[in-house]
Amino acid sequence: MPVNLSQNHFELFGLPARFAIDTATLEARYHELQREVHPDRFAAASDAERRVSMQLATRVNEAYQTLKSPLRRAVYILQLRGVDPEFETNTAMPSEFLMEQMGWRERIEAASEKPEALLRLQAGLREESRKIYETLHDQLDEGLNDEAASQTARMLMFYEKLADEIDDKLAELET
Amino acid sequence: MALLQISEPGQSPEPHRHRLAVGIDLGTTNSLVAAVRNGIAVVLNDHDGHALLPSIVRYLRDGQTVVGREAEAEQARDPRNTIVSVKRFMGRGLKDLTYPENSPYDFLDSPGMVQIRTVAGVKSPVEVSAEILKVLRARAEETLFGKADGELAGAVITVPAYFDDAQRQATKDAGKLAGLNVLRLLNEPTAAAIAYGLDNAAEGIYAVYDLGGGTFDISILKLSKGVFEVMATNGDAALGGDEFDQRLFCWVVERAKLAPLSAEDTRLLLTKSRVAKEFLTAYPEARISAALGSGETVDVTVTQKEFQDMTRPLVAKTLGPSRKALRDARLEWNDVKGVVMVGGATRMPHVQQMVAELFGQTPLNNLDPDKVVALGAAIQANVLAGNKAADDDWLLLDVIPLSLGIETMGGLVEKVIPRNSTIPVARAQEFTTYKDGQTAMSLHVVQGERELVSDCRSLARFELRGIPPMVAGAARIRVTFQVDADGLLSVAAREATTGVEAAIAVKPSYGLTDEQITQMLKDSFDHAKEDVHLRALKEQQVEGGRMLEATEAALREDTDLLSAEELAAVRAELEALRKTLSCTDHRTIKSAVERVNRATETFAGRRMDRSIKRALAGRKVESF
Repeated sequence: MPVNLSQNHFELFGLPARFAIDTATLEARYHELQREVHPDRFAAASDAERRVSMQLATRVNEAYQTLKSPLRRAVYILQLRGVDPEFETNTAMPSEFLMEQMGWRERIEAASEKPEALLRLQAGLREESRKIYETLHDQLDEGLNDEAASQTARMLMFYEKLADEIDDKLAELET
Repeated sequence: MALLQISEPGQSPEPHRHRLAVGIDLGTTNSLVAAVRNGIAVVLNDHDGHALLPSIVRYLRDGQTVVGREAEAEQARDPRNTIVSVKRFMGRGLKDLTYPENSPYDFLDSPGMVQIRTVAGVKSPVEVSAEILKVLRARAEETLFGKADGELAGAVITVPAYFDDAQRQATKDAGKLAGLNVLRLLNEPTAAAIAYGLDNAAEGIYAVYDLGGGTFDISILKLSKGVFEVMATNGDAALGGDEFDQRLFCWVVERAKLAPLSAEDTRLLLTKSRVAKEFLTAYPEARISAALGSGETVDVTVTQKEFQDMTRPLVAKTLGPSRKALRDARLEWNDVKGVVMVGGATRMPHVQQMVAELFGQTPLNNLDPDKVVALGAAIQANVLAGNKAADDDWLLLDVIPLSLGIETMGGLVEKVIPRNSTIPVARAQEFTTYKDGQTAMSLHVVQGERELVSDCRSLARFELRGIPPMVAGAARIRVTFQVDADGLLSVAAREATTGVEAAIAVKPSYGLTDEQITQMLKDSFDHAKEDVHLRALKEQQVEGGRMLEATEAALREDTDLLSAEELAAVRAELEALRKTLSCTDHRTIKSAVERVNRATETFAGRRMDRSIKRALAGRKVESF
């Protein structure tokens, strides 16, 4: 297949491989690319073109989702640099952080039946995540400290899990 | 002096080359067909000027069918053979149906999908739906071509956004069975958003609240510069106007203290309930009177308030999915710029009121809620058929409504593709063996949000064989899910450590295999005394012609992407195909089409690459 699938996601979108990203530009590029490759553009084309179109539209969607999510973007940058963030294997987190996590968990559990309290916790989590994004920007874009960034990305993963838990609880309250 | 005709790429240079395609809203209660004519989307009416075709099929003893109004008129006399709301049975097993005992049909629980025993034999919901689609197809061909011999380029058929893979597959099969070239399955709320958005040049976040005859969908879309991006969708595939009829019906039975009813009387009172429900939209009270076959007479009056009180819990059932959709889209209520109301059931005042309260704004009612879906589908069909006008430069990005996963040990579900992923989407996941020397693995594909397999919908079971014997946990089985632009899933599996490609056998638990469809088509043609070979030949000729046209257009645009030898090879295959078009064996044409496909694969890839470069042309990597 002559299509250049070896381009990385940043190259595909014509963006620098940095954690700090202009989301408006990212979205605009995404739409421009899909305008070219989306299967709806090739419904009347040959089978070969339709096949390629589906592959490419899939690829563009995957790239967009990866770059849009701060966690996935950080992990992707680390992978591009040949660093394994060891999500599965490295569970050694600072005890201070783990204590903090337990605190969050307890508060979420206590708020299980109270949507307002859950929403407050959600807002608090967003604020924490925002701070982590700044740290990731410092470590990945400025300091180029990949090891520290891996640790920060693992922390972010913990926060996202908490956010998912709150989402699930809110969803449960609605059914 | 010769006049030069200049056309934009993608536009047809000659007017008669305009390919006619239709949009079909295959509804629970009514179905419609629409097309773009002279640049405007219009609903196509029948001889009597009716746009809506009641989605009712009656089977007669001689195997003939009656569809629409005529069938509707007989439904209380022949309830067992007159199938209403067949959409509720699409892709559903008997255990999935709500209150099958309230339904007059003689259900047959066959593997995959429920079937109905009629006087004309056992019918699957796919076949019943195909009867409705055939009538709409005939209406479209007659309206668009008149006496002239014409062939539809294809159809876009709409489905509820919350339809799962089995229901979508069943709908596509029904389209094929009706002899339609299904260009795309389009989500109903998305179709409505296209019609509304293009009509009003809307920009921003919009919610589409679609309460139809049998299904409820809520979709949150972002409209920006011609891109319709679905952010999230949710719904209830078994909640619609039918449930309101049922509630009122039960109230009437109770109020009139009726003994258990016959199938005929049930159907009669359900119909009366529906008429009363519609009447109550505009009037404070409705009278329901009927002389039952049992000799009893019914004469009750229901007020609008009584009706609203008894059905308010049904309206409330739409609130949870609406909140979930908004949360999945990561948005707040005040982000929503407008709420588009779709589906006949949204006419009920208490539905309007509850939606207004929920979103904190008056819903938009400036569209015909019955027709907007078909119109949106027609606009999409026109573009997909290749009739791109200058102002048609819009793009649709839709999502899958429910997560797709695979069963793991202990009956748990491992999610592979999460709900609300933009399609097309592919995701691979690795699994491993749990026993030493295990050489086969069975994979169970499910759809749904719950953690237990038993709470999700079973879509397919696969078997991966030929795994080389290894210790438990050493094999690396990579399972790839691909969801296409119709929202339909295909799954492949492969063992990775040895590089050995293992074969997979696909046994869909829902939907029909291509062979089954071919057989059913053949049966129906035998019945209609049509020549199945002639039909196949005609289809291949159309396909071959389409292929020639598309490839030649591509060559005109991008010949420079091919070397002289490559170009010659492609031209040779095209020439070979052109010669086969006049032959009488469809298989010869088919293999010529396949050869052209193979010969143009590289070319297609390069063209796409050029498109991407063009999209990003003139842009420098930005610095922050």
